[in-house]
Parts: sequence; structure tokens; C-alpha cells
Amino acid sequence: MSELKQRKVTLNGVETRVWEKGAGEPIGYFPGYGGAPRWHGFLDELAKKRRVIAPSLPGFPGGGLGHLKLDSHLDWVIACADLLEMSGLSGADLIGVGFGGALAADVAAIFGQKVRKLALISAYGLYDESEPITNVWAQRPGTVQNILCANPARFTDLTTMPNDYNPVEWQIEMIRASEAAARYLWPFGNTHLDKRLARIKQPTLLIRGSEDKVIPASYMKRFASGIGANAKTVTINDAGHLAELDEPVAVANAILGFAG
Amino acid sequence: MKLCWFHLMPYTDLPDDFQQKHNSVWVDIDSRLFDPQKAHHMYNDFMDELEFAADCGFDAICVNEHHANGYGLMPSPNLIASTLARRTKDTAICVMGNSLALYNPPTRVAEEFAMLDCISGGRLIAGFPVGTPMDTCYAMGQNPSSLREKYREAHDLVMKAWTEKDTFSFDGRYNQIPFVNIWPRPLQQPHPPVWIPGGGSVETWQWCAEMDYVYAYLSYFGYKAGMETMLGFWDEMNKLGKDLNPYRAGFLQFVGVAESHEEAMKIYKEPAEYFYGRCLHVDSAYAAPPGYTTEETIRRKVNSQVMKVATSGGARMVNVATDIEHIEQEGYVILGSPDEVAEKLRKVANEMNVGHLMLLLQYGNMSKDLSNYNTKLFAEKVMPQIKDIFDDKWEDHWWPKPMPANERAIPARMTREAAE
Repeated sequence: MSELKQRKVTLNGVETRVWEKGAGEPIGYFPGYGGAPRWHGFLDELAKKRRVIAPSLPGFPGGGLGHLKLDSHLDWVIACADLLEMSGLSGADLIGVGFGGALAADVAAIFGQKVRKLALISAYGLYDESEPITNVWAQRPGTVQNILCANPARFTDLTTMPNDYNPVEWQIEMIRASEAAARYLWPFGNTHLDKRLARIKQPTLLIRGSEDKVIPASYMKRFASGIGANAKTVTINDAGHLAELDEPVAVANAILGFAG
Repeated sequence: MKLCWFHLMPYTDLPDDFQQKHNSVWVDIDSRLFDPQKAHHMYNDFMDELEFAADCGFDAICVNEHHANGYGLMPSPNLIASTLARRTKDTAICVMGNSLALYNPPTRVAEEFAMLDCISGGRLIAGFPVGTPMDTCYAMGQNPSSLREKYREAHDLVMKAWTEKDTFSFDGRYNQIPFVNIWPRPLQQPHPPVWIPGGGSVETWQWCAEMDYVYAYLSYFGYKAGMETMLGFWDEMNKLGKDLNPYRAGFLQFVGVAESHEEAMKIYKEPAEYFYGRCLHVDSAYAAPPGYTTEETIRRKVNSQVMKVATSGGARMVNVATDIEHIEQEGYVILGSPDEVAEKLRKVANEMNVGHLMLLLQYGNMSKDLSNYNTKLFAEKVMPQIKDIFDDKWEDHWWPKPMPANERAIPARMTREAAE
């Protein structure tokens, strides 16, 4: 497996980090809550077989203040489509998790040629008042990891400050990641994606951790029925909302098995 | 100095076991606790208390805006202010204020404040808060990432609506209006004085300085906790080359006056403990939506109330002292005889350099009788001792400029009552 490479692209005038590792056909990764402040085990698992490209979403770690340029949902989807192009992911397979899943699904729905196969892990985008999503932005300080992962330490590991970082700036980046997602998903993540699910023609794998405390199981069914025959579903045991952090090998294998 | 009588309008009948059985006084407070028939009496008592304060000679009476809140029953302070405009004569009416980003379009605020200014004969103080996270982001669904920018834009729109003589179009990021032309227009020209209630945000201080607005720190935790923030504010004014006119600032303080300190501790115990116990029982989950606190404020490590909440790590908004001894000791409430209270307030005003003292003399489940007692005693025995502070040195440029009293309308009811 090759070394982790980092490059910069300019998205809407903002310098944006793109990480890359591995060889083979490219596969993209739009992360969920907290973004990807560091390269982690799940991406390494994928990189054993594929060239993994992880561009930073606007405002997420590595994405600067790009979120402040974006107002409407259309702005966000176009920014993500442009980001795929700039990162060398146009027409590649794409993974979207949680917050990032809402954007990955819409890029696939609106810019069909940009995405070959789509893997969504507990994606946002829908809302059902009778079975609401747990509000990740209405959690007591220091507790959100308990609902994000089956093993909360996995999220803590992801977001623990590296040694060479300024603590205040690290704290700001972590809050900014949450703010950026809130900018397009506040108050509870409904982008009215249900209107566009039928436009997703790509083969799609819907993944959900069996212990997801954020998005109820019924949402995966709604995604599947909205997308139709192209969608397959898989449940990962012992994994929470950010299933790829809890069970990196199982989730990577499910995706590699699906995408090839 | 100016003495402003402030009402939060707390629901006075929260159950004794509220903290044990209920999650929060704010955002998700149980609606089954609300008895509209009791609220009928509360509202009328509260308005009586505000009018009584005006009669006692306070410089201003103040109302504010909260939503889904058991200690603040004024989702629309403008409704209350409009009745006060009719039922008081000379007192300034301070609406502290309208959370601009919540009004769609914000020209609604320009219109309603202009109405209040006309009805009152130019007695309005226009308060423009951003609004708390609980009110704006959780109860009213505003996006924390764009809230402040939307607020600033709304402010610009309101000011232009007040001052631009010709009809104009407004093409903002958050508001697009083809024809802005508000009727009525504010009586005070170019516009009523603007006060900005805020926490400890550096940007708010800088903005108040730039716009020449009053910055009012509305803390519930009294002069001891507030000192650092006010000193930070003056430090910033100094850096920006502004004069240190104390009327640039307002500060909120709870007070209980009685014949003696012992008596004050006794009679204000229940309402103070009710407020700091039940009314500040707020779930910390609603305190820190991402983006609400600006990155610059985090960098400056200014511990605003919100940041204290966000970093406290507890289930509740703040670790509040809830027994009368600690409430007094921490300075949340100044308690004592008129002389003791006057001495303390003089010290507070001078040390904080605050020209607009905003006084909470009704709090928690305080009855109208006790509230009026507190108000009257303050007006008669404390006010004369502190009224003169600053007036020999500074002029208040941020006070309403009403029509001359003899040119203002007198509501028919007042004329009838005077005749009787």
C-alpha cells in the first residue's frame, strides 16, 4: 500500500485538502459527523484494494471556511460535484456517511455521470416526524460520541488532537465541522431528498450499523424503496451511526464486495 | 445615572418538584404546566408592576423577548410595550428587544418599533439582541451557522428602512424585498436609540463601538460574575479610541430592598430561590449550537455565558447557587437595607462604569405586593442616593428624545382618572 498523499485544490476560492492513498480504481469518501480530521483505519482497509481519495467538504476539517460561501442546498451539491471533478473522482465510486451521505446521494441524483456506484452509510437527507432522527446538535457537552459510535472511544480517537496542533484551533476545527453540516442540514437533516431518490440510477449499497442511535432503521427502508431496484441493503453488526469507525473491516469488505 | 426597571415575566407557578421531574425550563418545558387562567392574572400583575415602576419614577421600564421559556412569558415584547405606551406618560420604554433574525421580513421590526415610538411620543429605546441559542436556534429553528450574518443584515435593513426617505429595493443574502417603504416612521430622528443586549462577544463590543450603540450585559449572575465582562468591554473601547462614557453601557442586576438586611434575606428568599432554582433549570443540550459562538470569540477565549455553558460539561446550563445565602454571597442578588443597597450599587456602577443600571426588582414567583414594595422602597430610599452618579461628568447620548411633554397626547382614560 502506498503512502498517504496530500494535495490542495481550490474550491470557490478556498484552499481545500485532498487526501489520497492506495492504487487501483479510485473511490471517494464524504465523511459524516466530525469529518475526517485524520486518516483512519477504514480508509486504510479500502486502500488495500483501491485508490482512496478523501476530499475535505467545505468547512469540514481541511475545508477551511468554504461553508460560509454556500447558502442553498443547490450551492452545496454543486460544490460537491465540483470537488469530485477537482479531486479526480468524477465518474468514480463514492461513499457517503451520515452528513456526507446526504450530499453524496444528491450528487448521484442530480449529476448522475459523476458517480459510478454509490455506498451510503446511514445517510441524512430524509426526515420522518413519527420516527425522528436523534438530534446530534442537541446533546449535552461532551456526550455526542455516545450516540455516534457503538464504541464511543472510536469517535474520541478520531477527534483527539494530534500532538503538533494548537488546541484552540483544533477545538475550532471540530466545532466548525459540526457547523458546516448544520449549515445545510439544520435543524434535523431533511433536505427533501425523498423527492430525488428515484433519480439515483447508480447501483447503490445502503449500509447501517445495527447499533445506530442517530438514524432509525426505517430510514434505510425508505431509502431503498425510493431508489428502487438499484439499491441493496446491509446491516453491520455491533456498529453505530458512524459504522465505518466502529467496524472498519466489515464495512470496507461490504463496500469492496459491492463495488469491486 | 439611569435606573431602568426590567421585567422578565416569569411564570410564577412552576411546581416545587420542577427540577426533579422536568428536563428544562426552556425549549422543551412541559406545556401541561401552563395554566392560561393563571397566566391571565400573571400578565395583568406584571403589567401593573411595570406601570407601578413608571409611577414611582424609574427612568425606563424594560421588556424582552423569549420563546418556549418558563421564566420569560414575552414571545412578543412589543405587545406589552404597546400597552405601556398608552398607560404611562413620561417613562422611557425599553424593548430589549426584538431578535432581528426571527422576523420575516425584519421590516416588521422597523414597522412595529416605529408604531411604538409614535404611540409613546418618542419614548422608545430599540433593543436588538441576536437572541439566545435556546430562543433562536432551538425554539425558532434558525440556522446557527448563518444566524449572526442574518441578524446583521436584518439590522442594516431596519436602519435603512428607518432613515431612507425614498422607497428602495433590498437585495440581501437573506432578504429580498422589492419595495421597502415603512409606514409609520419613527418619531425620534434619525431613529430611536439602539441598545444591544449581548454576552461577552468581542465582535459585539466592536460593533457597538463602530455603530455608537449601547452595549448591555444582561447577566443573571450579578456584579461579581459580570465584572470581568464589563472590564473587557471597556478595555476594548479603550483600544478602539472611544471615550469611556458610562452611558455606552448597561448592566442587569437583581436587587431586594427591605428595612434591614435580615428582613431582605427573609422576604426575598423564596422568589430568589425560585428563580435560580426552577427558572434557570435549563438543559445544557440547548446551549451551544455549532457556529453560534464566533470563532474569533473562541480564539479570544472570552468566557461568555454561552461558552461557560458549552464547556461546563454538566447536564444543566450552569452550576448555579440556589440557596439564598449563596445567591447573595455570589452577588447574583444585592440584598439589604436601602442604605446598604445604595452603597453597593454605587460601588458597582463606578467599578463597572455603567450608566444604565437595569434592575430586576421582580423575579421568580415574587408576588405583586412584594414586587411593589421592593420597587417603592427602592424608588424612595435608594434612587435618591445613586441617581446623581456620572451626571456631573457625562451626558447620556443614548437616551430617547421624546416630544415635549405638553405636546404629547394624553389618553382619555388618564384625563378621566385625573378628573376623578
